[in-house]
Amino acid sequence: MIYRETGQYKTSYESDQQLFPILQDKAFILIVLAFVFGAVPFLASEYLFRAILIPFLILALAAIGLNILVGFCGQVSLGTGGFMAVGAYAAYNLAIRLPDLNLLVVFLLAGAAATVVGVLFGLPSLRIKGFYLAVATLAAQFFLDWAFARIGWFTNYAPSGSVTAPAIRIFGYTFASPVEKYLLVLAIVCIFALVARNLTRGAIGRSWMAMRDMDVAAEVIGIRPLYAKVTAFAVSSFFVGLAGALWAFVYLGAWEPLAFDVNRSFQLLFMVIIGGLGSILGSFLGAAFIVILPLMLNQMPGWLGMELSTALISHIEVMVFGTLIIFFLIVEPHGLARLWAIGKEKLRLWPFPH
Amino acid sequence: MTGKGRQFGEVILKVENISLAFGGVKALTDISFDVREHEIRAIIGPNGAGKSSMLNVINGVYHPQHGRVTYRGETRHAMEPHHAAAMGIARTFQSLALFKGMSVLDNLLAGRNLMIRSNIFLQALRVGPALREEVHHRKRVEEIIDFLEIQHVRKTPVGRLPYGLQKRVDLGRALAAEPKVLLLDEPMAGMNVEEKQDMCRFILDVNDEFGTTIVLIEHDMGVVMDLSDRVAVLDYGKLIGDGTPDEVRSNQAVIDAYLGVKH
Repeated sequence: MIYRETGQYKTSYESDQQLFPILQDKAFILIVLAFVFGAVPFLASEYLFRAILIPFLILALAAIGLNILVGFCGQVSLGTGGFMAVGAYAAYNLAIRLPDLNLLVVFLLAGAAATVVGVLFGLPSLRIKGFYLAVATLAAQFFLDWAFARIGWFTNYAPSGSVTAPAIRIFGYTFASPVEKYLLVLAIVCIFALVARNLTRGAIGRSWMAMRDMDVAAEVIGIRPLYAKVTAFAVSSFFVGLAGALWAFVYLGAWEPLAFDVNRSFQLLFMVIIGGLGSILGSFLGAAFIVILPLMLNQMPGWLGMELSTALISHIEVMVFGTLIIFFLIVEPHGLARLWAIGKEKLRLWPFPH
Repeated sequence: MTGKGRQFGEVILKVENISLAFGGVKALTDISFDVREHEIRAIIGPNGAGKSSMLNVINGVYHPQHGRVTYRGETRHAMEPHHAAAMGIARTFQSLALFKGMSVLDNLLAGRNLMIRSNIFLQALRVGPALREEVHHRKRVEEIIDFLEIQHVRKTPVGRLPYGLQKRVDLGRALAAEPKVLLLDEPMAGMNVEEKQDMCRFILDVNDEFGTTIVLIEHDMGVVMDLSDRVAVLDYGKLIGDGTPDEVRSNQAVIDAYLGVKH
């Protein structure tokens, strides 16, 4: 970003409150959008869509959801995997029981189902904070894992517990190829990233952040803790549930309850922490880091011409990955989004030190 | 400026027989006083006298065991914080309680969150009323930013500001709610002379221009005696003096509490 905002004067508060008040930022984001919608479908290989881009986008959406709760409202959650599962199984049941329902509506209703469950498990947050809330949400995770594995109705009494999503048909059009699926997911993620950005910079986002930064003061200026926390749980769970439905239908196709176990919750929490708490951009950066880095580490020995066994490579992958996470947390606890912000600020003044 | 030619309205806030205890510790015992509209009312007393507890009772953070709070004709046993805020009581904090991760603008805007009417869906799309509200409240907040002379830091996260400016943002956040009664908990603690003068000017201007009633806790006696119309003196949770600054200054119990008694 070697540019300055010099000369771009704002004459109204509307123009100062835009999403991207600076002309160059606006141009940059438009170019990025044109690239991911227009160019990527022709450039990327099928493997890239299937193994990297689609999972990255869906997990970024889930990370945005979790970030709303943890990063903006300051309520820790370890139940994200469980809420994704709620979205996935809600979508599955709606799709097989009401086959005529538009799949987009199914996805939205899946998000709504996760919202209801999320609010239910979020109610304890009014009384408990920090580690204790983390344990309570962990209980939600285990309960939901158990429910989807043991209660036959959710899986339509599939004997193995594994279910298969129907084909993705929306308005009579079938999204079958990876490119089509990629564009579908991309469109949904872009829309909801904008929604998240609007919410977090609006009045409700301010009440979430006020709860996070100083809850007593927030109450004194008239922010109701109940309303702020419950809406944070609701919105967060909606995003996570929607991501869960997409993960099941678009990415997995067929799945069993294990796909949404506690490891998924931890993975999403890592994304949010590494990407940057309280940042929508950070959710994308964190998801990219966690999705792409293991694949790169896996390929690295091959690129370097080292002949290592697959088992050894996967061991090294885990070790290097863990080390990198710790390294990042020490160097920049506020995540990749803060690194990006610092870099931008430095480049704004470059080549001068001040 | 003490009392000379100043007009006060009706009693806007009255506390009667307030007693508050934390377990066995009695923070307040049988306190009664009133505050008139447009008045600057000071509460003074040595450390631990129960001054902050008194403010916390007024805006509902603490619920007293005994007593009544009457605010604008409505009597209740205890306030609730959001209720107090909705009825026009705002406050600042002794130890800063700002939203550190948010910008100055967002801190002040949060002070007006009570007035937001558009629902979550409109806010999500940021259309129609939601957008109009954001712009409208931004305008009002900018007026306060101008008033407090903090234009240059409006987009800076509050956590990065120096202490004196943070105190001003704290005042700004309270003012943003357009309160009828403003509770100030040691607004000048830890400030140098110049910053204190600025803060005094702001307090007098708020009182004068907006007609806001002010209840003020302060340790700097010079400031208290110059600013306030009436002073209530607390010591060990008891009210030991109440009146104009001159009356309080010559009150024997107050002199004893501040200067000690000869044994």
